[in-house]
Amino acid sequence: MRTSAAPSPALPAEALSLEGVRKRYGATAALTGVDLRLGWGTVLGLFGHNGAGKSTLLRVLATLVRPDAGTALVAGLDPTRQASAVRAAIGYVGHAPLLYDDLTPTENLAFAASLFRLFDTPARIAGLLEEVGASAYAHRRVRTLSNGMAKRVALARALLHRPALLLLDEPETGLDADGLRLLDRLIAAVAAGGGAVVLSTHDLERGLRVADEALVLRRGAVALTAPTGTLDVTSLEAAVSGEGS
Amino acid sequence: MRQSLRAAWAIYRKDLRVELRTRETVGSVLVFAVVTAFIFNFAFDPSPQVLGLVAPGIVWVAYVFTGMLGLNRTFQLERDRGTLELLLLAPAGREAIYWGKLGGALTVMLVVEALMAPVFLFLYDLSLFSPLLAATAVLATVGFGAVGTLFAAIAVHTRSREVLLPVLFLPLAMPVIVGAVGATTALLGGGGLAQVNPWFQLMAAFDLATLMVCSWAFEHVLEE
Repeated sequence: MRTSAAPSPALPAEALSLEGVRKRYGATAALTGVDLRLGWGTVLGLFGHNGAGKSTLLRVLATLVRPDAGTALVAGLDPTRQASAVRAAIGYVGHAPLLYDDLTPTENLAFAASLFRLFDTPARIAGLLEEVGASAYAHRRVRTLSNGMAKRVALARALLHRPALLLLDEPETGLDADGLRLLDRLIAAVAAGGGAVVLSTHDLERGLRVADEALVLRRGAVALTAPTGTLDVTSLEAAVSGEGS
Repeated sequence: MRQSLRAAWAIYRKDLRVELRTRETVGSVLVFAVVTAFIFNFAFDPSPQVLGLVAPGIVWVAYVFTGMLGLNRTFQLERDRGTLELLLLAPAGREAIYWGKLGGALTVMLVVEALMAPVFLFLYDLSLFSPLLAATAVLATVGFGAVGTLFAAIAVHTRSREVLLPVLFLPLAMPVIVGAVGATTALLGGGGLAQVNPWFQLMAAFDLATLMVCSWAFEHVLEE
């Protein structure tokens, strides 16, 4: 794997540090005081039902949403005051692939590279597209690609600038079995390279297998944090649904 | 600042590349402009006397409404395709998105305005081919592009965006529209630089003020 993050030696001790992060959308409390710490080289599995706050938390970390209260440090940087530096340090894959339908994968990645001030990118782009299995589609318009292939290109786009922290919001959507294996390899490569990954997923079994730490959100609050080695699907399912609490 | 300029240039080039490939915005906006010009042609007696009175208004009604249509699409296409988040994830100031989008919108509007000039010549025997009229078009388009890009970004987050943009935009853009109509009236009436200079000063001042204020305010309108 050549995608591994290349965190600088000057990286802070923790990839993520959150205390009391809150976010409301009108009358709806999306996050009600989330505390979280994540070290480098770690994969965090983010679990919870729909509406539990997983996507909002990831969007706060990605600077797409400003929290109402609490403190957050992403790669040692404040997402509110140092938003640009945080964006340079993260790679984000959301529900949408964030690709332009009328551009080719190569053009989409070249555009992303120019936004991220990257130089001499053609070789990097070609290498990444090959790595995600999309090189045969490199010069076709994205609108002609399948959802799964577009998701692979989206993964390449998120890894283009070698982010120290990878934020993945249900990235398995649209991926076939081969694509899922690729995703797992990419996640492992980022963590092995000294980076960190936050993976939001509804696939509990996969999440437990891929992640080192688990965080369960329920109605915007942290319901459980534990090393995945201490959990099984049944106990995780119980934590997600709130049974026995 | 340097990073923001680079990002703005990248966004501008991307918008142009997509537009050249699809011709979605120029195509739809141009059809609207031509239809507007045709409707006015049937509504008014195109005699020289009548034309002298209404021509500047016809030209700028067509340009302003087609401009609004184009501005509405600037962010709507990003929103519909889900790519607005990609721009928001760029490690540059939000003003980069403003300048990039403004550049793309201005290019489309100025191209449509240029393509409409022969239509006005054909329908109204109205020659818009003069450097001072071109300067009027550029000054006015920059002005309403500056305001319109900001309000298009506000409107894109609302359900009634097609209605909201004109409601927000037209009252604020009024000084530059009045300036454009005033300058066009003077120039079509045979006036020269001395006659249009006050209008040019008004539009230039409006452009400078709105470019500064709107690029500063833009960061806040894209907050979720």
